[in-house]
Amino acid sequence: MTVVLLFEQLLNGLQLGIMLFLMAAGLTLVFGIMNLINLAHGSLYMVGAYLAAAFMQWTGSYIWGVLLALPATMAVGIVTEVVVLRSLYARDHLDQVLATFGLILFFNEAVRLIWGPQPQFIDLPEFLSGQIEIIPGSPYPSFRLGIILVGLATAAFLYVLVTHTRIGMRIRAGASDRVMAGALGIDIRLLFTLVFGLGAVLAGLAGMMAAPIVSVQSGMGEEILILTFVVIVIGGIGSIRGAFLAAILIGVIDTMGRAFLPQLLETFLERGAAHTAGSTIAAMLTYLLMAVVLFFRPQGLFPPRSR
Amino acid sequence: MKRSKLIGLLVLVAVVVAAIVVFEPFKKERADKVTLGFVTTLSKGPAIIGKHMQDAVNLALEHIGGKLGGIETEVIFADDEFDPEVGRLRTEELVQQNKADFVAGYIWSNVLLQSRAPVLKAETFLISTNAGPHQLAGEECSPFFFSTSWQNDQTPEAMGEYLNQAGIKRIYVLSPNYPAGKDMAAGVRRTFKGEIVGETFTPWPGHADWSAEFANIRAMDPKPEAVFAFYPGGAGVKFVKQYDQSGLKNDIPLYTVFTTDTTTLEAQGDAALGMKATMFWSPDMDNPTNKKFVSEFEKKYGYTPSSYAAQTYDGIMLIDSAVRAVGGNLSDKDAVRKALEAADFSSVRGPFKFNTNHFPIQNFYLREVVKGDDGKLMTKIVATVIENGEDAYAKDCKM
Repeated sequence: MTVVLLFEQLLNGLQLGIMLFLMAAGLTLVFGIMNLINLAHGSLYMVGAYLAAAFMQWTGSYIWGVLLALPATMAVGIVTEVVVLRSLYARDHLDQVLATFGLILFFNEAVRLIWGPQPQFIDLPEFLSGQIEIIPGSPYPSFRLGIILVGLATAAFLYVLVTHTRIGMRIRAGASDRVMAGALGIDIRLLFTLVFGLGAVLAGLAGMMAAPIVSVQSGMGEEILILTFVVIVIGGIGSIRGAFLAAILIGVIDTMGRAFLPQLLETFLERGAAHTAGSTIAAMLTYLLMAVVLFFRPQGLFPPRSR
Repeated sequence: MKRSKLIGLLVLVAVVVAAIVVFEPFKKERADKVTLGFVTTLSKGPAIIGKHMQDAVNLALEHIGGKLGGIETEVIFADDEFDPEVGRLRTEELVQQNKADFVAGYIWSNVLLQSRAPVLKAETFLISTNAGPHQLAGEECSPFFFSTSWQNDQTPEAMGEYLNQAGIKRIYVLSPNYPAGKDMAAGVRRTFKGEIVGETFTPWPGHADWSAEFANIRAMDPKPEAVFAFYPGGAGVKFVKQYDQSGLKNDIPLYTVFTTDTTTLEAQGDAALGMKATMFWSPDMDNPTNKKFVSEFEKKYGYTPSSYAAQTYDGIMLIDSAVRAVGGNLSDKDAVRKALEAADFSSVRGPFKFNTNHFPIQNFYLREVVKGDDGKLMTKIVATVIENGEDAYAKDCKM
């Protein structure tokens, strides 16, 4: 195990963490502020990826595809909020789970009806499809580096938005005490629509950036959804800072486990068994971490301050 | 009065029962309807494979006038939802409620292994048009099970053989952690004479990112000369794109099975260009049956069929030939089995023959992904790797 490999795997973990953060940020905002469990968050990730693919095929450029797909995903999110979710806020969580699970089925079938069952094609521009040697001798895919940069920029943007702007102040006010914020003249309905739209854009962005790496197909959102829930549970529900730190933590632990556990086990197990056991345990690591966190800190590692 | 009425009723019942018992053997002489249950994945991620198979069933039926063996036919498609438990449930329904005469399909080995019991126990013929787990080829083979595809190990065995021919000595194996993934790795291990320097089984389904595995492979010293992988359906799209983006494709050539075909090529794009895989069939194979199959499939559905479609087309033609040979008398199971074993139909792969374990004896070819004249990616046969290949488990099959 060399330092170069360790560094490269850290980057891989960071990149996975960033993707998880983009998903988790929206989910935790919606849950923390609107008190809505949205299982269909993964569907917005999928819709983002499909729209990016469609716009890319239309304009011929991935960058344009993403730029057009961002407002389009936001529109899908806002329409969903206005048409379906708005009537669910007063209901209990079980109703929300049922309704948003229905939305998953709806979106999965909808994209299949529109685009067919075959995976969609995404073409990357030249400068993103190559590799960059950050450290000599260890080329790293430039697209994944791009994901890390865009993700960090988004995190910074969210930080400024939530802590240093008027709208952010309202979001925090709404999160702390919905009724009081409403009494002070904040239009809670509009605020919720905006927050949901923001969450949709973040999930969509994750989907758009995942699109060139994964397979753009119906049901792709569910693959990442479970891990996203793990992230917000570990991070503390409603906390963007918690979502960020937990996402990076999970990303790095998951990647490191997959990368090094099999070799580690090889020191005291026969190779075939070590590899099988290693990858099995690696797949469980994040859930073990969640169990431990829930045991010692049921409110999560970094819960929002005032709840 | 009451008493005589009762006696009369009893006599009537006795006569009816006797009539049923006496005439029962004659009644089934020629079935007036054949019911075919076809289980595949029509929803969830890999639905595209199911679509290829479903389209192939419908095309085959069209070619035989909608009648298996000239008899009125009902085909019931069932969706296994990519889940062994659901697959078993749907299969049970087909056998018990729909009284299917034949059950066919099955993409996934784990689904087939879970679903086979209700079919075989009912002594209904089960024809796999894709999955070929080793259990069903060896000790747990069944007189009621047939395959028109291959035993899982065979295609990777051909790849191992090709790697030997290409002089490659050190390979790394990547495969998903489910029955077929294990079989594929076992297949290449059986024939490859060099050293397997590493082997990773990734979780299935749902593994989305191979960056950690690729970084490990890149860091190996000395590097493996080739990577062997098996990732069917959407997983293959992710895998091939990420392999290309990681830059490994230029350093370490990637050899695959069931990873690049017409279900995935469009989405993989140029990342798949030049990739080599072994397979028993390719759309460009030159025989009259295949030419007819491919051209009419393309005309009807607007896309090029994959091997999943080809196997399925053969499966329907096999059933058709058997029903025809027994003159529709499906109650004589031994005769139906004999007719199936004879495989008297024209296969898209050319000559077709069953081994003693009801798996085909067939050739395996090396296919390369190339750009066709129309600029679209396609697979092209570049060499024959194995001739008349038999699977390794046939000797353990006692029927």
